[in-house]
Amino acid sequence: MTFKSTLMATTAAVFTVVGSAAFAEAHATHPVTGEILAADQTFTYRDLDESPSIDPGVVEDSAGGDIVRDLFEGLMNQDADGNIVPGVAQSYEVSDDLLTYTFTLRDAKWSNGDPVLASDFVYAWRRAASPELASPYSWFLELMAVENVSEVIAGEMPTDALGISAPDDHTVVVKITQPLPYFPQMLTHYTTFPVPEKVVEELGAEWTKPGNMVSNGAYVLTEHVPQEKLVRERNPMYWDNENTIIEKVTSLVINDEDTALTRYLAGELDRTDIPAGQFPALQAEYPEDVMSVPNACSYYYTINLTDTTNPALLDVNVREALSLAVDRDIIVHNVLAGGQKPAYTFTHWATAGFETPETPMVSMTQAERNEKAAELMEAAGYGSDNPLSLELIYNSSSAHESIAVAVSQMWKQTLGVETTLGNEEWQVFLETRGNQDYQIARGAWCADYNEASTFLDLMQSESGYNDAKYVNAEYDALMAEAKTSDNPQVQYTAAEQLIAQDVPIIPIYHYAADKMLRHNVKGWPYNNFQQNWYARDLYIVAD
Amino acid sequence: MFSFVVRRLMVAVPTLLILVVLSFVLMYAAPGGPFNSERPLPPEVLANIQAKYGLDQPFWKRITDYIWGVVAHFDFGPSFKFKDRSVNDIIAQGFPVTLTYGFWSFVLATVVGVTLGTAAAIKQNSWLDYLAVGFSVGAQVLPNFVMAPILLLVFTLWLGWLPGGGWNGGEWPYLIMPVIALSTSYMASIARIMRSSMLEVLNTNFIRTAQAKGIPMRRVILRHAMKPAILPLLSYLGPAFVGMITGSVVIDAFFSTGGIGTFFVNSAFSRDYSVMMGITILVGALTILFNLVVDILYAWIDPKIRY
Repeated sequence: MTFKSTLMATTAAVFTVVGSAAFAEAHATHPVTGEILAADQTFTYRDLDESPSIDPGVVEDSAGGDIVRDLFEGLMNQDADGNIVPGVAQSYEVSDDLLTYTFTLRDAKWSNGDPVLASDFVYAWRRAASPELASPYSWFLELMAVENVSEVIAGEMPTDALGISAPDDHTVVVKITQPLPYFPQMLTHYTTFPVPEKVVEELGAEWTKPGNMVSNGAYVLTEHVPQEKLVRERNPMYWDNENTIIEKVTSLVINDEDTALTRYLAGELDRTDIPAGQFPALQAEYPEDVMSVPNACSYYYTINLTDTTNPALLDVNVREALSLAVDRDIIVHNVLAGGQKPAYTFTHWATAGFETPETPMVSMTQAERNEKAAELMEAAGYGSDNPLSLELIYNSSSAHESIAVAVSQMWKQTLGVETTLGNEEWQVFLETRGNQDYQIARGAWCADYNEASTFLDLMQSESGYNDAKYVNAEYDALMAEAKTSDNPQVQYTAAEQLIAQDVPIIPIYHYAADKMLRHNVKGWPYNNFQQNWYARDLYIVAD
Repeated sequence: MFSFVVRRLMVAVPTLLILVVLSFVLMYAAPGGPFNSERPLPPEVLANIQAKYGLDQPFWKRITDYIWGVVAHFDFGPSFKFKDRSVNDIIAQGFPVTLTYGFWSFVLATVVGVTLGTAAAIKQNSWLDYLAVGFSVGAQVLPNFVMAPILLLVFTLWLGWLPGGGWNGGEWPYLIMPVIALSTSYMASIARIMRSSMLEVLNTNFIRTAQAKGIPMRRVILRHAMKPAILPLLSYLGPAFVGMITGSVVIDAFFSTGGIGTFFVNSAFSRDYSVMMGITILVGALTILFNLVVDILYAWIDPKIRY
């Protein structure tokens, strides 16, 4: 063969390969939208840190949750808008007293071919509540008010006393102790997912390793190098496998967000976080890749209302003045600049069924707020001749620092308040705040489920998370009433108005999820408030 | 010599024990705990977790159980943070990674540093000397957390030659940037130490004698000057080697290598007591070991040193 003929043969071969690839590509289209799909259906994204666990009963962080939602499937799933849709359960019925739920399961399979049985759910829930597993998320079952759950966790009752049972292989019955309008919504949470009883019993803690793990979700675990990467690939046994498009999902642990962005720009990632302050520049340069959607968390300052506080803070006028003087617009537009929204309520504005109530503050301009704040401060006896000194603490982070500096400047300019800023390492900070050893402290809360009580329950007098130690019987009564109310929005509005009136916390802003998401990745659930995404709903279109 | 080694090893045991006790006490004295979070756990949940990890035991019992586990079973306990893994798992996975990139960084830093330092000393006050000194000052002031993003920008984003991170079982394209970023500042220190000690040796009488006898310069350097010149460097290389093979949080954080550097630092932040202790013991033991190795090398290189 001469050089020329070799060259011709090679060229022909190259054309054949390229041509057939193009042909194959042209024929792979999305079954619903008809978009042409890319040949390579691999989705790679960045995680900030290694998740403590990928065992559904133990997992405790949202990044771990993303992984577990791909590997496992619970009774219910969420659609792109965050509404519940059937998962392993095809349907459910609820009793008249709203305390018993009966779920009918579909014919689903584990990745080893075994059927997913109702008893796998019973086993998983009992396991999650058991003192032996000591799951840090067993409290989620308490939040769901499952019968006898606290006693089981405390070891006072055997695990089979838990309010879940399986009358047959396709029926799960759950008993709860108080009506919860959002109960089915909570079943999309990973703590309620099934685990394969046989495998877990046989392998113990080793069952979560690749090769050992048997799962019932759209994907199976194929590789896991802690602190480096986790790979999951399509599960052919999944009941809806034929509608799954993404073949392989890889999460890479990249601690440094700037490095992650560099790697995104180099094409190594399809999704990454936007480093603080870079949102406007990236949006200008990559408008198709930048996304900013509401994210289910609220950022606030909590005010210590116990006797260890600065006595001035026990005066409601002072607290209201401090809240009024915080110019939230400057914080969201100039300090954060990433699509966040100013917060005048504790509940995130985008929470399902929640309407931001009218409080006097919402309708005022900032100039009016400042004016009223100055009046309130004067009424409380503080002014230029008698300036108030406060201490504000936050956990060490440049973002929290920027906000604290901005707020202290606002207080200084509007009210003449001298604020001493203090930052503490996370664990120290939690202890300081939890022991009420502070005056004003930073706080943030993320929704466990998409309903306003996930935020508002926090401010109840007995709530363990109420670091302000706000005590108001009227508030507690409202929250109790909301649980059985046909229209809990009435109680939620009243509760928010009480918070606005008593100011145990100063809401600052409502979070947004700022991400770079490669423009050819489609199917992202932008409207899912908790940003719970399922890789099986995504697909990559050809460029 | 043998009795010296035995003596040193015997001292090492109480040293390590003191290290363990001190770290243990300091660790538990630090405020916070492994199970604190934004959302405080309900008491019954916390009680189960504390019982599982033995935190409900009195302090003396915790420390004696821990030491017994390590000594008798070589068991460093379960990780408090990574619920599915033990400290032994974490070290078994992370240490080979750090050992690999640390070893190659050490080789690169030593070979280049010694060569550069020697060349600069021989050609003192020439352009080569200025270049070497300039390089070492530059490399010294360019810390690895500045170096790493620059390397990423150039080799990953602009040139597209190297993967931006990951380990992939230690394949060489994944090794290059971590090794360069980690070795540069060590390289600079080695070059500076080597240059000054070589200059000192070159001005001694026995070198002048060797030169006067007409021995070629190359032979004078390699056979006569190298050994004594390297002595001051040795005491630097021992701890430097341990520093490199026990990893760097900067390298792990920037290049997602998965070494023990990140585990070490993160364990302190998350109060993952057992991981923190495990890696402390590992680093402590290696430090003691390599200090001993350096001492033995001293005796081997310098006939005046006898133990």
